[in-house]
Amino acid sequence: MPFIPHTGADTDAMLKTIGVAGIDELFEEIPGDLRLESLEGIPDAMTESEVGRLMRRRAARDEMALNFLGAGAYEHHIPAAVWELTTRGEFYSAYTPYQAEASQGTLQVIYEYQTMMASLTGLDVSNASHYDGASALAEAVLMAVRCNRRSTSRRVLVPRALHPHYRAVLETITSTQGVDLVDLPYDPAGGHTDTGALDDHAGEDVTAVVIPQPNVFGVLEPVDTMTDWAADNGALAVGVVNPMALGLLKPPGEWGREGAAIACGEGQPLGVPLSSGGPYFGFLTCRQALVRQLPGRLVGRTVDVDGKPGFTLTLQAREQHIRRSRATSNICTNQGLMVTAATIYMSLVGPVGLRRVAALCHARTAALAAGTQSIGGVSVAFASPHFHEVVLRLPVSGNEVLERLRAQGILGGADLGRWYPELGDAVLVCATETRTGQDIHRYVEALGSAIGGIGDGP
Amino acid sequence: MSDIPENLKYTRDHEWIAETDDGTAVVGITDHAQEALGDLVFVELPEMHRDVETGDVCAVVESVKAASDVYSPVAGNIAEVNLALDESPELVNADPYGEGWLFRMTPASPADLEELLDAQAYERVLAEMDD
Amino acid sequence: MSEPLVFELGRSGRLAGAQVPEAGAAVDLPPEMLRDSRPQLPEVSELDAVRHYTRLSQRNFSIDTQFYPLGSCTMKYNPRGCNTYAMLPGFLQRHPLAPEDVSQGFLACMYELQRMLCRVTGMTAFSLTPMAGAQGELSGVAMIRAYHLDRGDTERTEILVPDAAHGTNPATAVKCGFAVRELPTAADGDLDIDALRRLAGPRTAGIMLTNPSTLGLFERRIQEVRDIIHGAGGLLYYDGANLNAILGKVLPGDMGFDVIHINLHKTFSTPHGGGGPGSGAVGVGERLEPFLPTPFVGIGADGYRWVDAADHPKSIGRLSAFMGNAGVLLRAYIYMRMLGRRGMERVADYAVLNANYVMARLAAAGFDLAYPERRACHEFVVTLKRQAREHGLTAINLAKALLDRGFHAPTTYFPLLVPECLLIEPTETESKETLDRFVDAMADILAEAQVDPERCKQAPVTMPVRRLDEVRAARKPDLRYRP
Repeated sequence: MPFIPHTGADTDAMLKTIGVAGIDELFEEIPGDLRLESLEGIPDAMTESEVGRLMRRRAARDEMALNFLGAGAYEHHIPAAVWELTTRGEFYSAYTPYQAEASQGTLQVIYEYQTMMASLTGLDVSNASHYDGASALAEAVLMAVRCNRRSTSRRVLVPRALHPHYRAVLETITSTQGVDLVDLPYDPAGGHTDTGALDDHAGEDVTAVVIPQPNVFGVLEPVDTMTDWAADNGALAVGVVNPMALGLLKPPGEWGREGAAIACGEGQPLGVPLSSGGPYFGFLTCRQALVRQLPGRLVGRTVDVDGKPGFTLTLQAREQHIRRSRATSNICTNQGLMVTAATIYMSLVGPVGLRRVAALCHARTAALAAGTQSIGGVSVAFASPHFHEVVLRLPVSGNEVLERLRAQGILGGADLGRWYPELGDAVLVCATETRTGQDIHRYVEALGSAIGGIGDGP
Repeated sequence: MSDIPENLKYTRDHEWIAETDDGTAVVGITDHAQEALGDLVFVELPEMHRDVETGDVCAVVESVKAASDVYSPVAGNIAEVNLALDESPELVNADPYGEGWLFRMTPASPADLEELLDAQAYERVLAEMDD
Repeated sequence: MSEPLVFELGRSGRLAGAQVPEAGAAVDLPPEMLRDSRPQLPEVSELDAVRHYTRLSQRNFSIDTQFYPLGSCTMKYNPRGCNTYAMLPGFLQRHPLAPEDVSQGFLACMYELQRMLCRVTGMTAFSLTPMAGAQGELSGVAMIRAYHLDRGDTERTEILVPDAAHGTNPATAVKCGFAVRELPTAADGDLDIDALRRLAGPRTAGIMLTNPSTLGLFERRIQEVRDIIHGAGGLLYYDGANLNAILGKVLPGDMGFDVIHINLHKTFSTPHGGGGPGSGAVGVGERLEPFLPTPFVGIGADGYRWVDAADHPKSIGRLSAFMGNAGVLLRAYIYMRMLGRRGMERVADYAVLNANYVMARLAAAGFDLAYPERRACHEFVVTLKRQAREHGLTAINLAKALLDRGFHAPTTYFPLLVPECLLIEPTETESKETLDRFVDAMADILAEAQVDPERCKQAPVTMPVRRLDEVRAARKPDLRYRP
């Protein structure tokens, strides 16, 4: 019996202690007409060896040689130590650190994480993480609605250049709370949010403004102008940032005159593999004054009865297990294991390494964009500063080009047609620090021949 | 045995209220309530000048393991809140009927206070809970 | 001995050289967009970091090192094979937006997982996208809302929740825009059916139930509950937190539930990871299928394919940036394949055997059961009300004394309606010897408290720290290191 240690003698002895004749008797409180004879439609057991063979075959089937796809999930180098340490059983199989004395390891990791994320985003406090970047944004917006007592409209301005999946999650999670999401268009030439469109809302009751940096096109937003507009119009600025970019870019806490009030984003670039979209982790940081509205777990440093320093979950009265229906959020979990990986990652790269990795990502994408300009009909869609992604306009169908690149083992980018039909044939391409000059050369060659091949007909 | 001053009025939810000479009334939580909650770590106070009905939630007292709503004993308008509790929520534990008051209100109808429990009645409420 | 913070280990200028690219990449960005301040990240060598985090790991309890009789959490063994095969390079490197034609291996696993989850719950369709139990609950309740609104029934504003429920239930109902009506528990531990009859009506959107309940008791009148709620026009939501107790014994679909979430990190043994990631896959019967959150996996002419909002217009929408916690789902899939049909049927058998065995032995050792006349499911409630009064042996004191004896504490002070309670769930993966040692430790603590009531108040004394000043932590929160 897989993972059940009982011998026949054990079972007999235990039944005797309980005072029943057989295990079946233990289920006597279930009404007889509901009892199953057996489970139908479940395959027979496999040994670990057999399941290993199956999984190896399936994993190998999906392997791609070269990846230039980003769009919210990025392939970076992950030091071997990160997951060697993170999958130690003491981290991997530990429970939520409610018993603080038996969880000092996890608690200290989270405290270190909170310190790193608060500093990286230029804000005062960080929670212990959320599910992913999109759900962290939804929590950040709900938090802004709770915090902005001057505003009663629950109107939140959301750039169209925010990742469309983030926008969709925001819709799902906030729609039952009466939050009114209002689109902010992007500038068709620059690809950044149209600040003129912001002024159309001047004088309105706006609760919050969402500011992505970079936005879905990889374009850097006019974050200072947008943050100041929010401050001038009584709205809270909520930054959605790529943490890797923050090695290089001004953090949300330093945007504009006063800084953003809240920052959030997807933590995956910090040591978490692509792994089909999860598990990742969302981070959420804010100014000190808003901490009581910050949802999710928080770890604090304190002392024990002997005065020795230690760590514990704190401000728990905000949470569902105490506040029940009046909690700041229904969320119970954080992404503890992913936070462990990210904390180790940030420790290994340090402030210098993070800046260098970010700078190299930027440089690689710039080289990629420049290289593709030699291909007839290919142009960079937006003439604005980018981080590590760029939109390429193509002379032929993006979808078809990407399919031809796949045939050569290259994930060539994201087809933007389904999200932004107005962009026509356009793909979003990313090169991180892991793409070498040779990789980029191979991409440019393959892209050129794919376009040429389509142009020549089948 | 918890302290139940004679000169105050009480609710079954463990708030006390005291009339003052200027027509306002001061509200807090009872000694029994602070004892049951344990060390308070935070007090969320009502907004100034808010109109409240009898039984409206108008403050929250938090300990490490619990958060309890404080209900308005009578209808009225919030006239003042005890800002000292922002920094020192422990005042509620140390002196629930004095420095640990929560807010001052102007009752809509002073007669409403007469409907509330007196010290003996509140003591009986506590005794029933023990059974 | 304390472990310093990683920041305190660092020295300005130190670098884990093998992990950091050479300087010199050109940055042609406008200077006003760049960062001036240096983020507060540690400057340590690779060996410093490896030692530091290894030492921190050793300051944790975990399933791999200790027994966790933690009620409502189902802390069973997390098989290493599940981790190894979920972390094959092909799975780790797969981009979430990789098209279907290069994703058939992964999609096959997800599709089969959806089908197996349907089979063990009696539901007709599953979406794997919720990233934790609470998100599964959110999507389930949002579907109930969408269902009523789709029928033009806008009067259903209330969700019924038992007073013994997990805190996420009422919090979720409120987050979905509902008012919560709390249902009392009857003296025998079952739901108070008379109160249910009074509360159910035209405003009832649905009821959220765990069965077995958080008291570890099977809701014997579940069919009556179903008839009352369905009769009132409401739907039944099954919180799958306690599915381990009935796996293969009874299907939630047969009990009348319309929607269910499963905590894969409980029943299907994916790791808790020190507080996440979890996974809260959500399943529905036919009535709610149109509202299922997207994306989920379907079958098309060219093989497995994603079903997205465009194919599923009434969906409550998207819950995660991509498709949920894929790596967790792979682990659950591998676990289910290793258990197989017979293995799954035995999960409940031995989880319930272990719980009833520990319950019987603890009762014999002098502990009071909250529901002595009832059969335990996979967990049961002990109340220390008497011991707390007589010897100061409160639930928290006992919990801390157990840590000193090498056992993780049971869940304490939950469910809220039993005073000084311990909720004990041994799971099926623990051997009789481990359970015996646990009972002996419990009995030892009780005996010690009778002779020397002060001892248990001092515990723990063998952990890295003793009891922490939580009041200080909350009054003056220190949430980040400042040098």
